[in-house]
Amino acid sequence: MTLKHVLIPALPLAAFIINILFGKAILRTKAHWIALIGVAGSFLCSLSALSGVLSGHIVNEDLFTWITSGSFKVSVGFLIDPLTAVMLIVVNTVSLLVHIYSIGYMHGDKGYYRFFAFLSLFTFSMLMLVMGNNFLQMYFGWEAVGLCSYFLIGFWYYKKSAADAAKKAFIVNRFGDFGFGLGVILIFLTFGSLHYSDVFKNPAAFAGQTIMICGHSFNLITVIALLLFCGAVGKSAQLPLHVWLPDAMEGPTPVSALIHAATMVTAGVFMVARTNSIFVLSPTAMAVVAVTGGVTAIFAATIALVQKDIKRIIAYSTVSQLGYMFVACGVGAFSAGIFHLYTHAFFKALLFLGAGSVIHAMEGEQDINMMGGLKKHMPVTYLTMLLASLSISGVPGLSGFFSKDEILWMAYAHGGGIGKFVYLLGAITALLTAFYSFRLIYVTFHGGFRGGHDKEHHLHESPQSMTLPLIALALGAVAAGYVGIPHILGGHDSFAHFLAPVVGEAEAHGSLSQEWFVMISSIVIAITGILAAYYFYIKNTKIPEGIAKNFSPIYKILFNKYYVDEIYDVLIVKPAYWFSGAVINKITDAIVIEGVVNGLPTIVEWFSRRLRKIQTGIVLHYSMFMAAGMFILLILILSKLYTGRF
Amino acid sequence: MTLANLRPMAPELILIALGLVLLMLDLICRKKEMLAIVTLIGAILAFYFIKGSHGGLFDGMFIADLYSNFFKTVFIINLLLSTLISVKYLDTERALHGEYYALLVFATVGMMTMASAGNLIVLYLGLELMSLSIYVLCGFLRNNIKSTESAIKYFLLGAFSTAILLYAISLLYGSTGSTDFNKIANAVAVMGAGAALKPLLLFSVALFVTAVGFKIAAVPFHMWSPDVYEGAPTSVTAFMSVGPKAAGFAIIGKIFFVAIFGLHVEWVKLLIPISVATMITGNVLAISQTNIKRMLAYSSIAHAGYALLGILTADGDGLTAAMNYMLIYMFMNVGAFAVVIMLRTEDFAGDELKDYLGLAKTHPLAAFLMMIFMFSLTGIPPTAGFIGKFYIFTALIHSGQLKLAVAGVLISVISAFFYLRVVMYMYMKDPEVETPVSDSLYLKVALAISVVMVIVIGVFPGKFIEFAKASLILQ
Amino acid sequence: MVPLNWYIWLSGVLFCVGMFGFITRRNLIIMLLSVEIMFNAVNISLVAFSHYMEDLTGQILVFMIIAVAAAEAAIGLALVIALFRNKETITVDEFNEMRG
Repeated sequence: MTLKHVLIPALPLAAFIINILFGKAILRTKAHWIALIGVAGSFLCSLSALSGVLSGHIVNEDLFTWITSGSFKVSVGFLIDPLTAVMLIVVNTVSLLVHIYSIGYMHGDKGYYRFFAFLSLFTFSMLMLVMGNNFLQMYFGWEAVGLCSYFLIGFWYYKKSAADAAKKAFIVNRFGDFGFGLGVILIFLTFGSLHYSDVFKNPAAFAGQTIMICGHSFNLITVIALLLFCGAVGKSAQLPLHVWLPDAMEGPTPVSALIHAATMVTAGVFMVARTNSIFVLSPTAMAVVAVTGGVTAIFAATIALVQKDIKRIIAYSTVSQLGYMFVACGVGAFSAGIFHLYTHAFFKALLFLGAGSVIHAMEGEQDINMMGGLKKHMPVTYLTMLLASLSISGVPGLSGFFSKDEILWMAYAHGGGIGKFVYLLGAITALLTAFYSFRLIYVTFHGGFRGGHDKEHHLHESPQSMTLPLIALALGAVAAGYVGIPHILGGHDSFAHFLAPVVGEAEAHGSLSQEWFVMISSIVIAITGILAAYYFYIKNTKIPEGIAKNFSPIYKILFNKYYVDEIYDVLIVKPAYWFSGAVINKITDAIVIEGVVNGLPTIVEWFSRRLRKIQTGIVLHYSMFMAAGMFILLILILSKLYTGRF
Repeated sequence: MTLANLRPMAPELILIALGLVLLMLDLICRKKEMLAIVTLIGAILAFYFIKGSHGGLFDGMFIADLYSNFFKTVFIINLLLSTLISVKYLDTERALHGEYYALLVFATVGMMTMASAGNLIVLYLGLELMSLSIYVLCGFLRNNIKSTESAIKYFLLGAFSTAILLYAISLLYGSTGSTDFNKIANAVAVMGAGAALKPLLLFSVALFVTAVGFKIAAVPFHMWSPDVYEGAPTSVTAFMSVGPKAAGFAIIGKIFFVAIFGLHVEWVKLLIPISVATMITGNVLAISQTNIKRMLAYSSIAHAGYALLGILTADGDGLTAAMNYMLIYMFMNVGAFAVVIMLRTEDFAGDELKDYLGLAKTHPLAAFLMMIFMFSLTGIPPTAGFIGKFYIFTALIHSGQLKLAVAGVLISVISAFFYLRVVMYMYMKDPEVETPVSDSLYLKVALAISVVMVIVIGVFPGKFIEFAKASLILQ
Repeated sequence: MVPLNWYIWLSGVLFCVGMFGFITRRNLIIMLLSVEIMFNAVNISLVAFSHYMEDLTGQILVFMIIAVAAAEAAIGLALVIALFRNKETITVDEFNEMRG
């Protein structure tokens, strides 16, 4: 462990502390400098850490132990292996660019310093999460990023929708985190330690053990894996806990790009990859992961088809792409999942920041139907977003193509029904992805402007602090994938080899010709999707309306996101309110809660008031108490003397 | 015997010289701030000399070892912090008599002598030096009725408890034939545990528990402490809420863990109800207080109860935890009192709970510091208070006293009521009156040291635990 | 020769007398005197132990106690004067400004 490793999380933390202490009074509009220096320094340190890992230098050390008690040990330590290195690069690159972008985007906001303070705090928490060498630290980071996300979604807390969205994100995540917490406890009880090195040393030794829950016995490892996955489902917005992510778009757009696209939401995938040695022991858990991912992918993609809000389209796209990553993990191709995480970070952050740039120009308008023809007004934004869309659609040569193709091939070659099933889901999703991505591009940037003459007058390209990050991310969206060119295209699949020591090598049961088939078909699918979007939204703009009319039930279902929010409202929120109102309020609140929460203090306070009376302020009484106490002690001792016991 | 032979007691000698110099300086020096500076310099010098002090003196009557050095560290830091918070306060109270610092120094010498005692006689002398100095300090505001009242209460009950201690010493001497701790321990071992024990020996155990219980303010010998803490000058309250208590634990280590360790079954049995009653009484009574000094007095009783839990284990881990608790308690408690002193200005007492209403709006820094200290006193991680409690409770659990540990945790939950109420008052209520805040560099330094230590021990406890552990080797 | 037990009983009784006086009397001076009686009870037992065990430590301690008790009495009387200046009484029950 060297200084540079410690500095990676320490610098953003320092930036947070400085900004929160001095931001309001001293730094004000210069708050970004501190944050920027912090994250840039952290970025440089992680580059150096990456080069260290590339030369085979793996760090696994406890930085310091906070408290120990028997085998229970709370420590902060860093594990810097290939997986961590990849995450460090992803987090710090996107964070750095988002910081730069925010200088322009948040310019003039009255919470300017607060925004950068929380951005730094988030970066610190996320780095702690990925760098930890034990589960408790991961849990700490996990909760901390959730908290930062809560603050940043609700950044404009005076907007009711923002405050509500923040609350929703927090509550929905509670469900997942509860499972994750249980999983961590169960790991400690099973392995007697929370350090990765102890837990992952030989988890197979526990493979056969079972655990009794409600009279049924379950496989212990499966239970642990599923509990952990529970947390991943919440954090990475998979079915059925995906509902918070689209609403989280109420936060400032840079936040959406950093937290809700590139980093925090991928923590679930990272966690599954990190704990891969537990997951692989349980075929059941793997199947659950794969199917959840596949179903979420197609589910979210269909919703994205018909949304009107530019950020929501991208948000559903994020949910869908996260599903892809879980598909990869579920079929055992963890490196493919991380590879997609890595490329996705670039093009998805780019899409969000581009959307932010558009919203900036549109003065807060987010409905794509009110846009159109923005191409000529904001060429940089257009070009970079086009590249991102090409990448996400899987057009050959761009980074999204390599990672997505890898996942589809691994799913196809997994063997067994599950693999084929999720491959099918993935392939259909790929078609939908290409379609909705280019719907966004065509409706927003092509055609004529539909937002009225006044607004058109104000359209302008964003300032350089915003366009530069776009360009940088566009480079990533194009080129990031070249570290993982598959063998079939003459590459070396270096990315997978790099990660192999951590996540193992996935087995592919398939011939070369099958691999060619998968690849070509995904190219065909991508191009079909793009062409279809072109046909619908450029050539023949009447068709979408016609479809919406003719298939209005389906359209409505999709537009209303399968009514999941409404279903939850009816099934969970309303009953919960009813329950709390009718049952808890009337019965428990009046008796139990009043009794316990208010009554206990009342009783204690009553008791306290009575007891105070003893303290009369008169020395004689005090000395009497002392003497009485002394005599009681003497009697106790005497009884020991004559009876031999107390 | 040359001067070099006296090296083991160098810190004490330096402080005694310092006290005498202070008395002289008082006569010639007009500016009383000078005295504080001289005190600080002398105390730092003594602190510097702690490290090299090892070995026995005067035929084992005075022993400087790692154990006593741990407590001396605590005492001298306590002296430093108390001096720092006194400068401005004495000015405000117009109590500019030079003996103040000399008395603080002499009281500290008394505590240090207690920690170094190898013999009951030395222990008694140290205890009296400490007590007599503090009686005077309590009544230092001699025209203030509360201050003199607190002094007389402390004095009367203190003298009473001294008599009990002396009786315990006499009985112990009579039944073992020595006043030397190690010789007593041998004699007790020879007598053996069980039926053959002399009644006088057992009586002396009960009397020791009483006398020491008075010093650390354990129930039912605690009743002086709320009145005395409230009435005494606030800076003295801060000093005496830590010093004599820690000194009490130092002699617990000497008497219970060395001299009469052979009777640990008996004294543990006696201490169990005392520690539980202490925690309950301290926490429960603190709830209905409206004066913050009084509230902190009850809180200080409760903390003595937690530290006693560590003693109940009758093993090294528990004693380490209790020692560590005293170290931590010093920083958070003196810190809290420093904030109370901050609110004391020319014509504003600032010691009522309601003076803290909305403090966060008017004086955010003071409120923030108070919040840290309150969190620490409650035991919320990552503050030092949590570490203190954590090690006490784990030591209890490891020694098999699970029930007591559970009781301790439950009782400490009550404390959240009144500590966090202060935080709530400061952050969630609107100010009723304009609370002024005094400004003094010395006070700021004391606050900075306290808050930094509270956080540092909370985040990096390892070194401090090691320090306390390494100090356990009783020679 | 008088057996040791007698001395022990004497000192015990004297100690209790002092304690009883301390608890029941309200006059500060009398309370101080009661504490002195307790100290002297201790002194008696110490001297007795010292004599019967033929060990001088006890008697040394007695000298210490006498010296310290003098200092203690000085402080006590000074406090009594300070109190009397403030409140014109030396009855301890009157000093209950602080309670609860």
